[in-house]
Amino acid sequence: MLKYIGKRFISMMITIWVIVTLTFFLMHAIPGSPFNQERNTNDTVRKNLEAHYHLDENLFVQYGIYLKSLLQFDFGPSIKQSSTSVNELLSRGFPISFELGSVALLFSIVSGIALGIFAALRHNGVIDYGAMTLAVIGISVPNFIMATLLIQVVAVDLKLLPVATWASYKHMILPALALSMSPLAIIARLTRSSMLEVLTQDYIRTARAKGLSPFKIVVKHALRNALLPVITILGTLVAAVLTGSFVIEKIFAIPGMGQYFVSSINDRDYPVIMGTTVFYSTLLIFLLFLVDIAYGIIDPRIKLHKKEGE
Amino acid sequence: MVLPNRTGNEKRQFPPDELFIPKKRKARNADAIVRPGLSYWQDARRRLVKNKLAMAGLVSLILLIIMAIFGPILSPYEVTKQALTESNLPPSASHWFGTDNLGRDVFTRTWYGARISLFVGVMAALVDFVIGVIYGGISGYKGGRTDHYMMRIVEILYGLPYLLMVILLMVVMGPGLLTIIVALSITGWTGMARIVRGQVLQLKHYEFVLASKTFGGKTRRIIRKHLLPNTMGPIIVQMTLTVPTAIFAEAFLSFIGLGVQAPYASWGVMASDALSTILTGQWWRLFFPAFFISLTMFAFNVLGDGLQDALDPKLRR
Amino acid sequence: MNTILDVKDLHVSFKTYGGEVQAVRGVSFTVKKGETVAIVGESGCGKSVTAQSIMKLIPNPPGKITSGSILFKGRDLTKISEKEMRKIRGSDISMIFQDPMTSLNPTLTIGDQITEAILQHEPVVTKKEAQFRACEMLGEVGIANPKERLKQFPHQFSGGMRQRIMIAMALVCNPSILIADEPTTALDVTIQAQIIDLFKKIQRNTGVAIIMITHDLGVVAKLADRINVMYAGKVVESGTTSEIFYNPQHPYTKGLLNCVPRLDLERGQPLIPIPGSPPDLFAPPIGCAYSSRCEFAMEVCDAYQPGRTLVAEGHEVNCWLQDQRAKQVKFHLREKTYS
Repeated sequence: MLKYIGKRFISMMITIWVIVTLTFFLMHAIPGSPFNQERNTNDTVRKNLEAHYHLDENLFVQYGIYLKSLLQFDFGPSIKQSSTSVNELLSRGFPISFELGSVALLFSIVSGIALGIFAALRHNGVIDYGAMTLAVIGISVPNFIMATLLIQVVAVDLKLLPVATWASYKHMILPALALSMSPLAIIARLTRSSMLEVLTQDYIRTARAKGLSPFKIVVKHALRNALLPVITILGTLVAAVLTGSFVIEKIFAIPGMGQYFVSSINDRDYPVIMGTTVFYSTLLIFLLFLVDIAYGIIDPRIKLHKKEGE
Repeated sequence: MVLPNRTGNEKRQFPPDELFIPKKRKARNADAIVRPGLSYWQDARRRLVKNKLAMAGLVSLILLIIMAIFGPILSPYEVTKQALTESNLPPSASHWFGTDNLGRDVFTRTWYGARISLFVGVMAALVDFVIGVIYGGISGYKGGRTDHYMMRIVEILYGLPYLLMVILLMVVMGPGLLTIIVALSITGWTGMARIVRGQVLQLKHYEFVLASKTFGGKTRRIIRKHLLPNTMGPIIVQMTLTVPTAIFAEAFLSFIGLGVQAPYASWGVMASDALSTILTGQWWRLFFPAFFISLTMFAFNVLGDGLQDALDPKLRR
Repeated sequence: MNTILDVKDLHVSFKTYGGEVQAVRGVSFTVKKGETVAIVGESGCGKSVTAQSIMKLIPNPPGKITSGSILFKGRDLTKISEKEMRKIRGSDISMIFQDPMTSLNPTLTIGDQITEAILQHEPVVTKKEAQFRACEMLGEVGIANPKERLKQFPHQFSGGMRQRIMIAMALVCNPSILIADEPTTALDVTIQAQIIDLFKKIQRNTGVAIIMITHDLGVVAKLADRINVMYAGKVVESGTTSEIFYNPQHPYTKGLLNCVPRLDLERGQPLIPIPGSPPDLFAPPIGCAYSSRCEFAMEVCDAYQPGRTLVAEGHEVNCWLQDQRAKQVKFHLREKTYS
């Protein structure tokens, strides 16, 4: 088990390093970016950048300094908002994004699994068709379309919930819903198909032969095994929720990290883009690492080469 | 002693004496296959056609393609042609899908957007396919060390957050249709490479490959003639499911301002432009691009699912 | 009164795309207290379906018991509710399956899986007591260090060990019938012998009646008191083990016996396979299902179902060759060729 964790940890560190390096050199390759000594930004910013990135040094020295500051969790300054740093933006925006994201994720996991199980247990029944229709819609309708649709119908036409911004829990419902639809659909479909497969397994027949009730069979014998594949895609879903939050926060005017990120893209605020990318990627890869370990704990047959065998 | 049948629901039978002769044996074929033999592809097609949802997807897809080709041609309006006097008109006989705030015809722009979406989707899938088949094919076929290192690389790339990397690349390369395809391909081929490699590894040791090798087949010929046709199933499915991912990514990028640039129409751009109409009530500006992007993704998704079921030899009945 | 299970004219069919498959077409047999009854036949002959029908474990849909009765201690299992059936499963009748590798839940410990049957059927038993019993049972089936092993997962055991665990699991509630569906097929030959010995031992100790489903007459010879030979959904011959082995009447039984390697025969004597394959049960033949593969087939075999004939005490066979008129028929036997 320790060997497994160690191996995964090393591969996580490599992936993070690849991202950091890629981001750094890509940003320095952009013509017209402030990293290229072009004097197109104002003086304060210039000074901040100089101070932080040591732009007068050669590229590899800069790279070393950059890595060092990252290890201290320093993501550098912003050029558009000269007085703020990426760290300040993150501390302002990330808690909000985190709250929205975890609510959306939690909702999609719980209802996705529930929907998938009911669909599988009523295989080819009304619930099954209903759930799967919902799932296909959830996968097909892009989250930004879903968001506008929800605003139009629920907030504008029915006036049930506030249209936008971030003030109370009521404000959270629509964006969280829009954000969770596609992960919910993916989880529901996966749970259903894996549940259907597990229910045909020999050990389910063994459990029936013991005289267990259908409820016990599902909860004790089928669910645990059926959820294993769902765990493996959790990482991907976190990524989907995270990138989804970029547009959702923009649409709902939520002052989260996603919105800062989108506006930094539109303003070509390269240090912020770079900092946010590195921060989010690291977060995601770390979560993937946690998911892998969780999988190893839940499945007693630890498979080191699970990924390759898929 | 002959006993009566235990239940008597089978008729008591007294066969005539003349039947007690050795059975005349016809040229019998005990192993005859009872049901007609279907080839793998025939069987797959039969199962696909039976899948109503997948067929609905296929039909919508064909209609979408036809409209993407002929829609902009049919319309008398140009995609970027502004007519400020005719701004924000609701759908009518002259403007079937209405007009936007600059008086541009939404019908024309919608089908123009369809072209972009389908183009991006198909191109991304094709490039993925080419890179994936070459990389995965080599990795799987060579095996050993080459395979090990090639797959380590894929594993690392696979771990990168897809859309975040695409955004980064778009920032670097600048917006535009071609850069979208490049960015999507750089990040997207790993899945295909893994699938191809898996298939090749599985098939490599099959007897027909060995047979071909013994007869002096060249490596390239073996790959082209024997391996590829047998690995096509999962690859086709993967390609079909790549398309909606790419279409979504394009719309997403355009929506946050990194994709296709104004005045050109992409569904993502149109939806982004129409955001403000939620409050002002010009529903048609959002509805049409939103509806058709969803329909396109729906079509590819259900078709991909259908193909997956149809091409899975395990599900063959 | 000794009879605890009486299966009468059981019919089971499965609805599929191609139509209705009549997997079991009128099977009757009895099981007496403490004896071992074997059901023997090729794969697809309906023996597993018969076994699963007794437990009412056939997936429904598509499977269905269409007629017949299964009397267990006087109660007709085909008529009782699913809830009542659940009380019988695992406590009065229990079952073990062919593949011990997949029949245990990979994510639960062995202890969990053994005790849950006890806890299900005997609610008064505490968890601790159940664990104690599971431990004893594991020792009974020959697993060393049962206490520690209870905490382990299935993948930490070999195939033979897992089948022992399956047996322990099936017996832990002291059932009166144990149905074993090809219990040794997935195992190595040496392990097979050990498992067969284990069956003998537990039967001696507990007096459980065993229904042994197998295609392997070798397994049956050592274990069974009586044998039912099944072909295409019907019992074609039944009798005591010695009757079946030393006085087989049905050409199919003879064919099966010819497929078994035997030490009492001359060296170099070849095993004789039965040519052809069983009929399609979508549309079962009107007459004897075996006639298309039978060396002694007569015209009558294709047109009429053979009736039952009592050969000796408890030895019955369904074959037209038993008819007086068949005695005069001269058969031109095919040359047997071996390559």
